[in-house]
Amino acid sequence: MKKSKAFWVFSALALVIYAVVQGLISSGIIDLYYQNILVQMCINIMLAVSLHIVIGITGQFSIGHAGFMAVGAYFSAIATMKLGLPLPVGLALGAGVAALAGLLVGLPTLRLKGDYLAIATLGFAEIIRIIFLNVDYVGGAAGMVVTNMTTWTYAFAGVVITIIVISNFTNSRHGRGAISIREDEIAADAMGINTTYYKVVAFTIGSLFAGLAGAIYAHNFFIIQPTTFNFLKSFDILIYVVLGGLGSLSGSVIAAIFLTMVTAFLANFPETRMIIYSLVLILVMLYRPTGLMGTKEITSLFKFGKKGGTKP
Amino acid sequence: MEWIQQLVNGISLGSIYALIALGYTMVYGIIKLINFAHGDVFMLGAFIGFYAIARWDIGFFPALIISMVLCAIIGVIIERVAYKRLRNATRIAALITAIGVSLLIEYTVIFFRGASPEAYPEVLPKTYIDIFGVSISSISILILAVTVVLMILLQFIVHKTKIGKAMRAVSLDPDAARLMGINVDNTISATFAIGSALAGAAGVIFGVYYTRIEPLMGVLPGLKAFIAAVFGGIGSIPGAMVGGLSLGVVETVVSALGFSLWRDAAAFVILILILILKPSGIFGKNTREKV
Amino acid sequence: MTSNLLLKAENVGIQFGGLKAVQNVNMYLNQGELVGLIGPNGAGKTTTFNMITGVYQPTVGAITFAGRNLKGLKPYQVTKQGMSRTFQNIRLFKDLSVLDNVKVANHNIAKHSIVSSILRLPSHFSGEAKMEQESIEFLKIFGLDVYKDEMAKNLPYGMQRRLEIARALAAKPKLLLLDEPAAGMNPQETHDLMELIAFIRKEFNLTILLIEHDMHLVMGICERIYVLDHGQLIADGTAEEIRNNPKVIEAYLGEEVTD
Repeated sequence: MKKSKAFWVFSALALVIYAVVQGLISSGIIDLYYQNILVQMCINIMLAVSLHIVIGITGQFSIGHAGFMAVGAYFSAIATMKLGLPLPVGLALGAGVAALAGLLVGLPTLRLKGDYLAIATLGFAEIIRIIFLNVDYVGGAAGMVVTNMTTWTYAFAGVVITIIVISNFTNSRHGRGAISIREDEIAADAMGINTTYYKVVAFTIGSLFAGLAGAIYAHNFFIIQPTTFNFLKSFDILIYVVLGGLGSLSGSVIAAIFLTMVTAFLANFPETRMIIYSLVLILVMLYRPTGLMGTKEITSLFKFGKKGGTKP
Repeated sequence: MEWIQQLVNGISLGSIYALIALGYTMVYGIIKLINFAHGDVFMLGAFIGFYAIARWDIGFFPALIISMVLCAIIGVIIERVAYKRLRNATRIAALITAIGVSLLIEYTVIFFRGASPEAYPEVLPKTYIDIFGVSISSISILILAVTVVLMILLQFIVHKTKIGKAMRAVSLDPDAARLMGINVDNTISATFAIGSALAGAAGVIFGVYYTRIEPLMGVLPGLKAFIAAVFGGIGSIPGAMVGGLSLGVVETVVSALGFSLWRDAAAFVILILILILKPSGIFGKNTREKV
Repeated sequence: MTSNLLLKAENVGIQFGGLKAVQNVNMYLNQGELVGLIGPNGAGKTTTFNMITGVYQPTVGAITFAGRNLKGLKPYQVTKQGMSRTFQNIRLFKDLSVLDNVKVANHNIAKHSIVSSILRLPSHFSGEAKMEQESIEFLKIFGLDVYKDEMAKNLPYGMQRRLEIARALAAKPKLLLLDEPAAGMNPQETHDLMELIAFIRKEFNLTILLIEHDMHLVMGICERIYVLDHGQLIADGTAEEIRNNPKVIEAYLGEEVTD
């Protein structure tokens, strides 16, 4: 199988990156500050890839992704902090409840199209946030204190699982079904694709990994607050996907890495960061609306002598 | 009697939503774009009014007019610089650009003056008028009067003037309008100018009524005004008015019942219900995609 | 009623708002027939297609396909019953490769689940291999296999029309609905297309309903023809009967007549 080769290359690469970084952490070359940036980077990659399956693959324009991140963060924190469960169980629970939330939100809203869908997902995300804001059990507006338990290992494993699951989904008959909806929903329907089903599936998978990212985030900081998950956070995630190229998984990963570094670099100038972000968003849309990579993957750049297909 | 008081509060808030919603609905009607930056034009309007009153020591009405004029210009600039190139782009590209413009305005303001709030100067005398045993602030009445006058003016422009006719033609079919000799670009700019002027007016009124303004103040009212526009039927001018007033009253009632923390959620619940049950809104028309 | 009846529309009509777009359409297709549906612009041909394929639900009347009432079925469910179509204004998956376009329509020949694909279980590989193999077979019939890795949007116009038919065939239809397949083609391309349609009809034992503006094509290959005008059927019969029907001549008067 051609596909297996790409898989082994990816696995080897992932292992090398993990080992090198872990080595640098153990030997103290990467200090806590940089370690935190790396974990943040992993979380952002997960968020980017999980939104990529919704917007880039299925073409459903969601701008409420932070809502599912919030669900993952809060439910994992409830599991570990209130119920005393171990972290892996908390992560799984957070991701699971986020997937459920994605299913419940997706079923009614995914019948909507284009900007109506966008505004509805934003509405749901805000409702989710306001619910957490009003529940005293999780601390209300003051937030919830969470012990720092996330390590580089957890964060990196999260990234690897997210990428494998979403890329395996994409490169299958199911992924093609989802992409055909992005390309032309009416034609997809006419070719026998159950469009509602695949929209909801993609949305649920996206929510699951946004939840996992949220769960890892919750245990990387000392406190989680509802304001963190407002729609500015959703826009942040949107920027990764748009900048990377709607439809390109590797593009969204690269954009997430790059923008995490920009954010870290401008940590003391948050306004400047937002001005740069917004300018990038506008300029990309005006001059290169396909984003960095378009729908192409980085692997296709290395395939010389072969005609440009969409997949290896 | 307390309920009538609340109703008056709700109508005041609703008038502000309605004024902003008009800009959303007009722009959406003509170029099918959710102009996310519209809420920020509202914010700029509030700040322009603030600086006009506080620095130049002028009255409410001159400040209102200055704010409306400057916001109209800002609206046209936004349209010409950012949106004009996107006429043939996908709806999603246009929406993302609008989000970008919105963030750019907000953070540019924060960059230059900081995020701290500003207290609006008391530009209007605060008296209370007794109507059937209910004391209503004169500001509430003034707000309502200004809103009604602006809306009548808008109806006049849209239905009785040449530019209004052009706007209606372009919103129905831009290509046909162009063939009939209508300058589509100028018509779209005029729509932005009028919508932004109304948002500017809403900004000054908001400042006078709630007395506290800040650079991110446009975000939530902007979203809610959009919800009001959807509720009324996007593209419909009476829809925006009815939607804005209803939303204002609903929010005030939710607060008055003791659920003030859930107030914002109420608007979004309304949004989702209307989108799922009747996406075309109260006054909207159904459209279907041609196969 | 003959036993080899495949599609039957009884008194079918649809209203958009107050406008009756199509009304009182009665038509039938027997297994293996090639039937044309013609009419002036705006007569309701594509609307009739959309009702048959489930894009629109008829306001009145019933459509039965292979003995089953199609009422309430969504387009993808209608497709699964054994019907597939092309579109008047080509609707390919532009950013997908030619091969993947066909694979999408081949979706339902493999049965591997989402979990199987995510975990890359053996059923995923066997299912995908089967889809790949079948899809390439379809491309070969249409001479498109050499372009299999090309993006659909990069194909020349005539090839795009062919790919749409290939894609429709991959959905394994008993009944194929072609919406102006020769639109925009030159005479040579149209001629080739006619031969191709005749070939696939035999090869796949298809029943075909064809909307066409090009009278020459319709008269040349269709066994029976229905004529729509102003949303109503005004005539049906063989090419010869239609040609001499005064109502049809009247309906087409002033229209450009290509034959």
